[in-house]
Amino acid sequence: MKILVAVKQVPDTATQVKIASDPRTIDTTGITWIVSPYDEFAVEEALRIRERRGAGEVVAVTLGPERAKEALRSCLAMGCDRAIHLNDPAWAEADTLATARALAAVVEREAPALVLCGRQAIDDDMGAVPAQLAELLGWPCLSWIMEESVDADGTVVRAARQVEGGLEVFEVPLPAVLTCQKGLNEPRYPTLKGIMGAKKKEIRDVKAADLGVGATAPELTLLTLEPLPPRPPGRIIQGDVQTAVKELVRALREEAKVI
Amino acid sequence: MADAFWCLVEDDRQGTPKRVMAEVLGEAARLGGPVEAVWLTDRASEEGLRHLAEWGASRIWLCEHPALAPYRGEVWVPVLAELVQRETPRALFGPVTSRQRECLARLAARLGVGLAADCVALARDGDRLVATRPVYAGKVLAKVTWARPPWIATLRPNVFRPAEAQAGRTAPVERPAVTVPEGRLRFVERREEVSTGLPELTEAEIVLSGGRGMKGPENYVLLEELARVLPNCAVGASRAAVDAGWRPHRFQIGQTGRTISPKLYMGFGVSGAIQHLAGMRTSKVIVAVNKDPEAPIFKIADYGIVADLFEVVPALTEEFKRLLERS
Repeated sequence: MKILVAVKQVPDTATQVKIASDPRTIDTTGITWIVSPYDEFAVEEALRIRERRGAGEVVAVTLGPERAKEALRSCLAMGCDRAIHLNDPAWAEADTLATARALAAVVEREAPALVLCGRQAIDDDMGAVPAQLAELLGWPCLSWIMEESVDADGTVVRAARQVEGGLEVFEVPLPAVLTCQKGLNEPRYPTLKGIMGAKKKEIRDVKAADLGVGATAPELTLLTLEPLPPRPPGRIIQGDVQTAVKELVRALREEAKVI
Repeated sequence: MADAFWCLVEDDRQGTPKRVMAEVLGEAARLGGPVEAVWLTDRASEEGLRHLAEWGASRIWLCEHPALAPYRGEVWVPVLAELVQRETPRALFGPVTSRQRECLARLAARLGVGLAADCVALARDGDRLVATRPVYAGKVLAKVTWARPPWIATLRPNVFRPAEAQAGRTAPVERPAVTVPEGRLRFVERREEVSTGLPELTEAEIVLSGGRGMKGPENYVLLEELARVLPNCAVGASRAAVDAGWRPHRFQIGQTGRTISPKLYMGFGVSGAIQHLAGMRTSKVIVAVNKDPEAPIFKIADYGIVADLFEVVPALTEEFKRLLERS
């Protein structure tokens, strides 16, 4: 069974984000880049399916600039078999739909039985690409899964998605797109052997022209990035616990008017 | 109606729209309307239809069919696409919920138009709509716009001012003829979460959050006791507490958990790591209780108490009880 895992390279959560002077991009100097955390759950689940079945291939794919190769390298070090890098300036302004179109073209060529994605990337938090990919492919999609099991002949996956108030279990005929999140598994750390082995694994560069996907004007345009307006300064309430609690409750009722 | 602002209904699965729809309908009206509701469900109640009209829907498009519940994207999206193509609304808004996030993304791809997810502000700018949405763990706000209508967006709950219900308002209900596909996803079962009797994290107006300072799973009962005293109040946890196994993952607030925006957030023994702030920094009022005066959460808190939460929480419960019994 072939599984494709779509990942994205994002700034580490703890990284200081500085808006560039344009102001439509971020200043990338000094940024630590990581594989988006939700995508690691997707990589881990793909590897577990391959291990449970004792056979299969896990292919990592990303769309991004040259530096995004590092993210693919991390996926290969975790155990993915090979990687595809959608690496073309034509995709520099890609919105979710353009990204989904490029990924759909890869899926059509690779013909995996299953596509796993993270629930959302932690840089722009749009969470749209997996569902849009499924739509373009005409495949079913199940989002925010908490557990899954693929049947013996690899034609149906039974998966539980998280919804408000509970879990909903579905049988999903393959091929399908599933989005992964925390609680599904505990992603492994690459071993030294894995890291060394990753250097010998294939990362294939793919250009827009290779996929026959032309550049189109984005449907959603980023106008500006702005820093978060600072919150008004807060107040530490002094005094012993009883006094402080009384004052807090008074302030919440009379000043903030939230109780 | 052509050029209408459509609001996709989120319901309680029992035939009643959730309260968050007052926010979505209210925002659509503020942007100029005309405001119409679109409801895909297996059952709509008369009371539910009345709520939508009272919250400002001037027309309700109702698709009632057994195959529409539980939500399946491959069934909902063709139905919505058919309606949108026929009626050409100017915009389609929904609240950020698990299913609407997926559904509206999928619909945007089918229609070939833009989607802005998890918006915290919307504004008309001449002929276009500009959306503001938090990015980079909420440290930056992105302003985005659409190349063409329909403008599809999901709105963060508790951020937009709800429409005030106008009792007695009614709206025509249209039951359009649409093709409901069968869908290939086969529903097996729903497993309810063990109920704490408290509201959903993302829907609550007040959220109490317990961090590593809670010291163990047995102590969350303290926060639950306080939550029961307060109106529409939920209890969540930080990643540290979830990773320690004290609370199930569904209670996690922050980057790899839920994003919330209550009118009051109170953190107890929460340090305020960036990934936690990413999930709660748009809360209207933030209270922090922590023994460590250097805890980063104090930097964004409106009110802070530097003290042991095990003394503060029971005292708060008593004080709120007194206050709320009086009023």
